[in-house]
Amino acid sequence: MTERLKQHSELWVCAFLLLLGGVVLVDAISIPANFTQRGPVGPKAVPLLVGGLLVLVSVLLAVDVLRGGKGEAEAGEDVDLDAPADWRTVLLLAAAFLANIVLINLVGFPVSGMVLFWGSAYALGSRNHVRDPLVAAGLSILTYVVFNNLLGVHLPGGPLMGVL
Amino acid sequence: MDTLTQLLNGFGTALTPVNLLYAVIGVLLGTAIGVLPGIGPAMAVALLLPVTYGLDPTGSFIMFAGIYYGGMFGGSTTSILLNTPGETAAVVTAIEGNPMARKGRGAQALATAAIGHFVGGLIGTTLLVLLAPFVASVAVDIGAPDYFAIMLLAFIAVTSVLGGSRIRGFASLLIGLAIGLVGLDEMTGQQRLTFGSLQLADGIDVVVVAVGLFAIGESLWVAAHLRRKLAQPIPVGRPWLGREDLRRSWKPWLRGPLIGFPFGAIPAGGAEIPTFLSYVTERKLSKHKDEWGKGAIEGVAGPEATASASAAGTMVSMLTLGLPTTAVAAVMLVAFQQFGIQPGPLLFQRESALVWALIASMFIGTVLLLVLNLPLAPVWAKLLRLPRPYLYAGILFFASVGAYAVGGEVLDLVILLVIGLLGFMMRRFGLPVLPAVLGVILGPNAEQQMRRALQISDGHLSGLVNTTFSVIVYAVIALILCWPLLRKFRT
Repeated sequence: MTERLKQHSELWVCAFLLLLGGVVLVDAISIPANFTQRGPVGPKAVPLLVGGLLVLVSVLLAVDVLRGGKGEAEAGEDVDLDAPADWRTVLLLAAAFLANIVLINLVGFPVSGMVLFWGSAYALGSRNHVRDPLVAAGLSILTYVVFNNLLGVHLPGGPLMGVL
Repeated sequence: MDTLTQLLNGFGTALTPVNLLYAVIGVLLGTAIGVLPGIGPAMAVALLLPVTYGLDPTGSFIMFAGIYYGGMFGGSTTSILLNTPGETAAVVTAIEGNPMARKGRGAQALATAAIGHFVGGLIGTTLLVLLAPFVASVAVDIGAPDYFAIMLLAFIAVTSVLGGSRIRGFASLLIGLAIGLVGLDEMTGQQRLTFGSLQLADGIDVVVVAVGLFAIGESLWVAAHLRRKLAQPIPVGRPWLGREDLRRSWKPWLRGPLIGFPFGAIPAGGAEIPTFLSYVTERKLSKHKDEWGKGAIEGVAGPEATASASAAGTMVSMLTLGLPTTAVAAVMLVAFQQFGIQPGPLLFQRESALVWALIASMFIGTVLLLVLNLPLAPVWAKLLRLPRPYLYAGILFFASVGAYAVGGEVLDLVILLVIGLLGFMMRRFGLPVLPAVLGVILGPNAEQQMRRALQISDGHLSGLVNTTFSVIVYAVIALILCWPLLRKFRT
């Protein structure tokens, strides 16, 4: 069974579609539609349709996969499909992204953005311990100033910008 | 003559110093970002959305026109110098463009591409000026059932015409439709898929979805398979064309737009098919058949002019029907909605000044592109050497800025990451991204139109097919759906 799952890892997509369809259907059924409904079609109809089709497509895709159908992984300029997937890099990137989410309202964008950029560059293999943080800090502060002061798009400055 | 007056007024708006500056910034930013490997025009426009939040609508759309054209031209530079097209429209360019560059004729390849873009953009935009008001005036009379039919056509076309697998296209579309359901039902105010969260009741912002699927998904996907040994770009000087090259290029430049424009206007996947058709046509008409595959200049000139004209064609259906046919148009539609403007037949009446300024700036953009990019080509080529860790860290950085700037909500960043991971999964398993984006953008609108149509007909399903227009559209849909069966039958 595990062997089979490994070979047909695309079945995870079917599982995801099935789960998503299930969530949409359960949510649709629980909508109390009777009293506010305007017109013959209420708020339930389309979610029921979308959820039902998701379940149907997940089954059809599973059949396709088991018959040997395969989704083609996307190629690209910097993509080397012959190499195995590098999960460590992906996890490190996600961690850097999460750090930004946690930090942005605590210490402000200039610092959290620097952590995000430096962390991502590190995850992707850059190991220049002088240039990397400098580029990160420069980009982060410049972006803050341009967006906040020139373009009028507010970003949280945090305690650091409060001091300056 | 009315059109001409309005167009001249548009030029009047677009040529004020401030707006001209926006156009220049747009072209430069768009080219710079389009040249960067891994960033196609759709991602370029999505990443640059937040830059325009603080501007007035006119200024920001003038900038967008520049970004769009700049991004497309930037993509062909990567194709020619690196042999790695950043987007589907530039795939064909690489076939002849890269061999030209390897033979030391990179400068000529870039020049014929740039002038091809200029000619294609000029012809395409002229056709847009002639056609769009007419289409809009016809479309003013169409009602809810017609809109629903058109949107259904867009869904079916994008899942069936593009990509190798229909079932995967439909899966992607349904994921998008499910995301589009989140929030309050517009007609009754009922909560759907909000799980009791107040922030989710506002719905998931389309910008967050687009940036997540395009930028975050792409970065994570590239990170998982990052090429350790990078392809080296071919060094290039200032682009120029000799007399012989010019003689061979001018006919393909003029033929390209005739193929590109109509394909751009219909929902058939943008520039992918017409650029290929242009390539095949030029190859058939060429007197230098032995050169093909080794760097025939016609194979760069034709497809580039085609791509540029198809971009203008895309604008016809986007502006007059509110129907995006490519990923870039989808993101542009989002930009319109950000300003509370709904593209459609009424746009030419309600926002006439804005639309004509946008169209005028498309002309200005094509001219700027030629004037700026011919001398700047060696500078752009240097961008190809940017270290990849910085490039993808930068994409993640600006994607976060963009998502946060939408509403100042940390939750948007969480959603951005989740949708990014979804985009990663879709790339890994070959689900196309465009149907999902289209589903999120058009899904809610399609639902409203359908319910409105059924409200009018008092629930009878005939209310969806009671106009000639909608019947024709359904016939086209049936044809697209049955096409594979018909082909099987013939062979």
